[in-house]
Amino acid sequence: MNKGKKEEKYYLHLDGLSVGYNGKPVIRDIEIGIRRGEIVTLIGPNGAGKSTILKSITRQLSLVKGQVVFDLKNLSDYSFRELSSRMAVVLTERLHPELMTCHDVVATGRYPYTGRLGRLTEEDERKVDDAMRAVQAEEIGNRDFNAISDGQKQRVLLARAICQEPDIIILDEPTSFLDIKHKLKLLSILRDMAKQKNITVVMSLHEIDLAMKISDRIICVHGDKIFRSGTPEAIFREDTIRDLYEIDNGFFDPMFGSIELPEIKGKPEVLVLSSCGTGIPVYRRLQKEKRPFAAGILYTNDVDYRLARLLASQVIWEEPFYEISDRAAAEALGAIESCGEIIDAGVTIGPGNRRMREILDAAYASGKCVKYRGPDM
Amino acid sequence: MSNHEISSYHAENLKRRMRYTAVFAVLAAVFLIVTVININTGNVDISIDKILKAVFLRSGTKDDLNIIWKIRLPRILMAAILGGALSLSGFLLQTFFENPIAGPFVLGISSGAKLIVAFLMILVVARHGAVSSWAMILAAFAGSLVSTGFILLVSRSVRNMSALLVAGIMIGYICTALTNLLVTFASDSDIANLHNWSQGSFSGMTWDNVLVGGIIIGAATVLVFLLAKPIGAFQLGEAYAQSMGVNVRQFRIALILLSSILSATVTAFAGPISFVGIAVPFLIKRALNTANPIVVIPATFLGGAVFCMISDLIARVAFAPTELEISTVTSIFGAPVVIFMLIRRQKGKR
Repeated sequence: MNKGKKEEKYYLHLDGLSVGYNGKPVIRDIEIGIRRGEIVTLIGPNGAGKSTILKSITRQLSLVKGQVVFDLKNLSDYSFRELSSRMAVVLTERLHPELMTCHDVVATGRYPYTGRLGRLTEEDERKVDDAMRAVQAEEIGNRDFNAISDGQKQRVLLARAICQEPDIIILDEPTSFLDIKHKLKLLSILRDMAKQKNITVVMSLHEIDLAMKISDRIICVHGDKIFRSGTPEAIFREDTIRDLYEIDNGFFDPMFGSIELPEIKGKPEVLVLSSCGTGIPVYRRLQKEKRPFAAGILYTNDVDYRLARLLASQVIWEEPFYEISDRAAAEALGAIESCGEIIDAGVTIGPGNRRMREILDAAYASGKCVKYRGPDM
Repeated sequence: MSNHEISSYHAENLKRRMRYTAVFAVLAAVFLIVTVININTGNVDISIDKILKAVFLRSGTKDDLNIIWKIRLPRILMAAILGGALSLSGFLLQTFFENPIAGPFVLGISSGAKLIVAFLMILVVARHGAVSSWAMILAAFAGSLVSTGFILLVSRSVRNMSALLVAGIMIGYICTALTNLLVTFASDSDIANLHNWSQGSFSGMTWDNVLVGGIIIGAATVLVFLLAKPIGAFQLGEAYAQSMGVNVRQFRIALILLSSILSATVTAFAGPISFVGIAVPFLIKRALNTANPIVVIPATFLGGAVFCMISDLIARVAFAPTELEISTVTSIFGAPVVIFMLIRRQKGKR
């Protein structure tokens, strides 16, 4: 980080921070500046210390070294009461409140604003209702908190944080129990909070595909330090993710944000002929059946190519928008010869790839070729 | 904005308030009835109109007045005050340990208080003849804190609640053993006093006791009520409480001190009394269908008062003229409640 950048006034600044338990650092020398309204996501393998960092920001853990500066003031100089109206948290730990409805749990978010007896005003009530509506939890408002599902609990706790009306919200794995619909909902809520209300969001996520899509900045935690940090575009590259999570049995595709199992290695048994995505279901099935396969002839900008690259043991490719070269054609004919089975998943033929006609004819002539009839029901 | 939801909330709120009112009304009614029955029954039965005259007009026969004013009234009031204090102390410990089966008796806190008080009695009574209420309370408070300190030490390394309870029960046994040791080597005249007290009973209470107990417990109860809001926050766990602005460290210390003062005062006057601290808060929370401290704190106090008054009545009259230990009665009613709680908890776990 260069000098000029460092002098910028950050909203939340982790300054030379070492965090850990009982004075023993788990992660050292954290240097992160977060601007107001940014969404910052911590990613990294299990046990890397994402929660440790978040707990240090929320003052659940005392700092081992360095300081956290929040809105130009050292975090430890805030009283808990002062901080409570500015920082909200959604934690991973299990809650077992006694005899509390979901509405009651959400209403505790208004705690910093109520009087000594903790009575809610009309205004407080409205905010609680709004927050419950935002996470689509109105219909469970009167149910016992202990009787709802983990995913519902997460939504209720998010509503609780929302009606606390914070300037900054810290979330530790807020999506872990949510279904797809509510994951997307959560992320759009956080986006709205950040971009419309200028609320700063700091969280940890396991779903790197979601992290990539929502975050303004990604912080990779690995080993005893911040492994890398930057914009999602800079971080979500195949090699960074592979190194971060030490993946040796699969691949991350940054374009789709998807994780793929490794290819089945070996001499191809099956040749898949396809284009424009028709090959993908066939690849996946062969992958599951653990049969090595070849795929072709694919333009390198074809969506089939992106996946075949990760899953096929042999990819017969061609430069985009060129006519199919002799090299590619020869390779394909060779594969027709050597593979025991050929699957025609559907090939769109136009002037550019008209030589595919010739390849397909050869395939059918070999007697090994079958047409893919779509997924089994 | 939908008015529908706000009004549905209002309906819910109204329903809750009606329930609270009903519970308080029932408790108050039982309180009054038990008070009357308590004054009314005993070796000498006194009719209700005589009681009313004696209490409000101070008129009646000299014997009746004496029995009512010098014996029964202070005893009833003390049973009420101490019962309330004991229940409240249990409620605070349950909040502190985030477990409904914590209480001053099971955690060995009452026994710790008993040990130090016994020590004080033997030491002082032999030389000066009598111990003041304040000294007794102070000794009990010291003993409570020692036991609590042990429990806290154990709770640091044991996160498991049942292990913690076992540790508490063991501390209770150790303290009781040491108390018995003291009693064995004390001279006979000391023991007579000590023996009565250590059995646990509301008998022999004076107006002086009521005054001292009332002041301490009254003050502590007011302080507890002022802590109602952070107690509510703490019910969501330490981390959330902190994020709601509670200074958890200070709060925990306040909780321990207040629960120790309450249970120590009880022990100083009436000896260790079992199960009230667990059973009453549990029953009250079910009755109110909430754990909200704003209502639970006063209701627990009132409930504890009623529970102990009834227990004392039973202790007095069940096998009259022989009087039972108060713990005999509270255990018979309280222990099944605890077992019921344990079974429910086990079922509640998924």
